Amino acid sequence: MKIYIRSTGNISPQHSLDKDTFFQTRIYNSGDSIRALEPNYDDFVDSKMIRRMSRIVKMGVASAMTCLRDSGLDNPAAILTATAYGCLEDTSNFLRRMIEFEEKMLSPTAFIQSTHNTVGAQIALLLKCHNYNNTIVHRAFSFENALIESALLLEEGIGPVLVGAIDEITVDSHAILRRFGLYKKTAEQSPNFAGEGAAFFLLDREPGADSKSVTLDVETVCNTPNQETASRLARNFLNKKHLEPRDLNLVLTPHTGIKKLDQAGDHLLESVFKDLPHFPFKSLSGDYPTAPGFALWLAVLLLREQKSPVWMGGLKFPLKNILIHNQNGGASHSFILITTV
Amino acid sequence: MKDPVFIAGLGVISAIGNDLPANLHSLSEEKSGIGEMQFLHSDHKGELPVGEVKLSNSDLADPAGLSAKLPRTALLSCVAAREALRDAGWSKTNPLRTGFISANTVGGMDKTEEFFRYFSKNANSGRLAEVVNHECGTITELVADFLSIHHFVSTVSTACSSSANSIFTGARMIRAGYLDYALVGGADALTRFTLNGFNTLMILDRDLCKPFDEERRGLNLGEGAAYLLLASGRGLKELEKKPYACITGYANANDAFHQTASSPEGTGSLLAMKNALAGANLKPSDIDYINLHGTGTQNNDIAEGTAIRLLFDPAFPKMSSTKAYTGHTLGASGAVEAVYSVLAIRHGIIFPNLRWQTPMKELPFHPVTTCLKNQQVRHVLSNSFGFGGNCSSLIFSAA
Repeated sequence: MKIYIRSTGNISPQHSLDKDTFFQTRIYNSGDSIRALEPNYDDFVDSKMIRRMSRIVKMGVASAMTCLRDSGLDNPAAILTATAYGCLEDTSNFLRRMIEFEEKMLSPTAFIQSTHNTVGAQIALLLKCHNYNNTIVHRAFSFENALIESALLLEEGIGPVLVGAIDEITVDSHAILRRFGLYKKTAEQSPNFAGEGAAFFLLDREPGADSKSVTLDVETVCNTPNQETASRLARNFLNKKHLEPRDLNLVLTPHTGIKKLDQAGDHLLESVFKDLPHFPFKSLSGDYPTAPGFALWLAVLLLREQKSPVWMGGLKFPLKNILIHNQNGGASHSFILITTV
Repeated sequence: MKDPVFIAGLGVISAIGNDLPANLHSLSEEKSGIGEMQFLHSDHKGELPVGEVKLSNSDLADPAGLSAKLPRTALLSCVAAREALRDAGWSKTNPLRTGFISANTVGGMDKTEEFFRYFSKNANSGRLAEVVNHECGTITELVADFLSIHHFVSTVSTACSSSANSIFTGARMIRAGYLDYALVGGADALTRFTLNGFNTLMILDRDLCKPFDEERRGLNLGEGAAYLLLASGRGLKELEKKPYACITGYANANDAFHQTASSPEGTGSLLAMKNALAGANLKPSDIDYINLHGTGTQNNDIAEGTAIRLLFDPAFPKMSSTKAYTGHTLGASGAVEAVYSVLAIRHGIIFPNLRWQTPMKELPFHPVTTCLKNQQVRHVLSNSFGFGGNCSSLIFSAA
């Protein structure tokens, strides 16, 4: 079975809602974070509803609406949402008040919006969509696992599937993650800063109206013992698709600029992906667990448009296959392959 | 009907027992586990009854060789997950593909609460070790490492229906041939965060909860963990184990009505139940027992009851909410109640809806009030509904 990507929506730190500008202009981080360029949400959702939504919900809903609008579809057969951190802003707000007011005089609003399924629920509410609805919250593989579930649903004949990846930076989360030493700038241009975003995709067994069809394959492998295995996994994954590494036109890598975390990615670039064009996707999106959602959006755009952003060198056309590598804790790997049909 | 998905092992820890036999014993003896808070440190102690697991973090951690500093959700999860694997006779040398799909809603929130006591005053204080396991997915990874399951690991979080969704994610993966075993279920510890959250919504009963009673005043929160080892036909053969039951139907729908409240007509609940029956190729009259979501809130019970009336009228199966025993265990509840549903099939027992007295005036049926033994229970419907309109129904059938 082929899985087609019918449409995309993406709110990110780059000009992802305006592809012409995106190809011309790259946005860089300021200090140790890069924030999403948020649109005027009134263009996407009724302004009365918008006022009640937290920032992550707004980003998620607007991205999902962009994706659906682009496909011309009103109601998907399933909505899958992937988020590692969930609705952090409301979680922090409720926690702070609970501690400050010693468990008294609390308002329910922040608690209500703090559950991890809030984005998926608000999309369903907005669309009045009673169909399948699930939220996957598995750290750096939240999005990949949602893609795997999408594939299984499509195989059962449940489709099209709206699937998205969302995480937000909050003042509290940034202060905490910074203390973990995640954003120690190690080199110029290194993707060593926090990011955020909401990327949505409409997946289907049929290509839809768009003639520039792209398909995707996905696989995750957890806790492999060493880097040697990572390159074997990459080769096996490609072999199953009857591809050789040299068939890849671009590898999007999960490099963050932190040596320890980049070891597995470095190894793959020195072995199985040696001499292939590659680009660290977190240098555009910033580092956050569901950033592979951004990488998938980028890959689909490049394959559809068949041109290079002015700020990205080294691509050879026509582009046919793009591979996204992601890792979780250095020992778990995921591969997403996107191919033009 | 495609290939059956077998249930080869069960594990559960809740307010009514620390393992499967203890839970079955309390259920049959009509012993509730809800009472005054002993382990959770909250200002609401003495005021809000809860269904706590009757073990401290050290008592949970020590026998398993775990650190008592781990989040309580991880400790509960380890205990019940290991019981389910042992019950099935699964060992890590098993050559077939095994996945672990777990659900929770609080992650390491109990530790994050400690961290925030300091962090909220000064962003440079608070011990980072307290937040390192904050994420829901981290809990699952800790347990997957403890169990040595690596083929596929994932976490679901859809509020109160979380573990029902993890159960059928696993069932779907087995049917698709993606896995031969799926250890599925969920865990949630009581935390101040959730206790206060539900308290602000004014849906906690100050007394013991009375699901599906006209005089119901709200829910009691509980905690626990439960897991089922699902197996393909090939997986079952490898274990040389007689299955408890099969999963024959599952469906998930969204109420799309309100972030926290259910629609009065129970749109999502009705769709979930209907679609689960259709998937199992069963008629409403085939269902011998419904394990209700039955939280004891005004809103849930009337929405769920209305959906049941619409679907089953005029012949209603026996039904009960076991939340009067355990409290509402949130992310664990779908799995705890799935285990109880399977026990009902295996032992021919229908568990009562404790403390029920007065019929709801809108409904033409009422729940079972005493423990019924020697019943023929072939098909059980188990409901789990949650915030965000997430509604899931599972159907278990005799193997």
